[in-house]
Amino acid sequence: MKTAGVLVAIALALALQTSLARFVVGGTAALDLVLVVVVYVALTSGPVTGMLAGSVAGIVQDALSSGTVGIGGLAKAIVGFAAGVVGQQFIVTAAFPRFIMFVAATIVHAGLFMGMYVLLGLKAFPSPWAAVLGQAIVNAGVGTSAFAMIESLPGAMEQRKFKRSKR
Amino acid sequence: MAVVDIRRRTGYLFLAVIVGHVILISTQVTTKRGVPMLEAAVFGIFSEVQRGANTVTGGVRTWWQDYFALQQVRSENDQLKQQIGELRVRLQEERGLAQQSQSLQKLLDLKTSTALSTTAASVIAGGASPEFRTITIDKGTGEGLHADMAVIAPAGVVGRVIQPSSRASKVQLLIDRNAAAGAIIERTRAQGVVIGTGADQLRMDYVPGSADVKAGDTVVTSGIDGIYPKGFVIGQIQSVRRGAGEYSSIVIRPAVDFTSLEAVLIVLTPSPATTDAGGGTGANQDRE
Repeated sequence: MKTAGVLVAIALALALQTSLARFVVGGTAALDLVLVVVVYVALTSGPVTGMLAGSVAGIVQDALSSGTVGIGGLAKAIVGFAAGVVGQQFIVTAAFPRFIMFVAATIVHAGLFMGMYVLLGLKAFPSPWAAVLGQAIVNAGVGTSAFAMIESLPGAMEQRKFKRSKR
Repeated sequence: MAVVDIRRRTGYLFLAVIVGHVILISTQVTTKRGVPMLEAAVFGIFSEVQRGANTVTGGVRTWWQDYFALQQVRSENDQLKQQIGELRVRLQEERGLAQQSQSLQKLLDLKTSTALSTTAASVIAGGASPEFRTITIDKGTGEGLHADMAVIAPAGVVGRVIQPSSRASKVQLLIDRNAAAGAIIERTRAQGVVIGTGADQLRMDYVPGSADVKAGDTVVTSGIDGIYPKGFVIGQIQSVRRGAGEYSSIVIRPAVDFTSLEAVLIVLTPSPATTDAGGGTGANQDRE
């Protein structure tokens, strides 16, 4: 059930991402909804789920884009795993820590993603810092909002507390 | 403990996912040489494996060939040695045939160059007694041979027929102690008589002590004996010793190597001296 939910979330994120990308000026994706979903899943379900979600989502995202299949998957898998580990080790329930988590996840993801492309000599990213920071803030805003929205749904808090007590 | 196990499993899973992604990326990314990275990496790893395997198999093969397969090599070696032996024998035969052919060719050249009527014969035997220097040839009266016919070789005078039978003849060599031939020294035209010594040398007698004779001069037949045609080489003067008497003592080295005679020519045409004398008399017959 949880797996199905994660897959549906990824599918929705991809659908929204591809739909929204057309409306962004210049085609620059200032928002990575798939990454937001992966970090969300990692923070709520742990490192393994976050890693698998990141891996699947990244590979699909790579396949849909014109890039090398696997680079985005690898970056998102690492980010998902790391976010899951951080979520387990620290209390990331308040809005600000979550915001920081999303910002950090986006920067790490961008570093891994661009780094691998540059390392393999496939693509160059001249001065990417502004775009990455912009994307990090937007991702963090969307992710934090998503957390708040979902947690405001009836029964969400109870369900979460139940999950934590099971862990 | 359980937490440790889960963390370990998570770590393995993380590692597996990372490796899976790296492999996936490697299938698409190519190296500078245009080969996919995965292929290059796999080839690089497997080439080392192949190299190691080749080293091992090569070592085993070498070890096998150098130690255990030597039995086959040994039998092959024996076989090859036998073949070499057979080939050596065949080579000797071929060499003998070649020498024989060369000898016959020289004889043929002599036969065509001389105006004399000759017939070729092969030497089929040597002398029966060391006291008499004779040979036996394979031609006899059936081929028109008779006594006192001159026998020559490409190098020079050999001797004369002394005992013909129907199919073979005995030839007295010039080095026989009972043989003699009329001779002149080619350079000075000084005359004398060449006499066999029974050894490998000849002696020239009756050359006046005042005659111009020196070592190295060529001695040829004079034709006055009625047996040997004029102008055939007998040999070269080896030494000259002028004594107190009337004649010089001259030693001649024969032109013909009597130890290796294989084929000879018999002169069928009577020499002018014989014709003039009206019979087959000469120095040799006188000595006999």
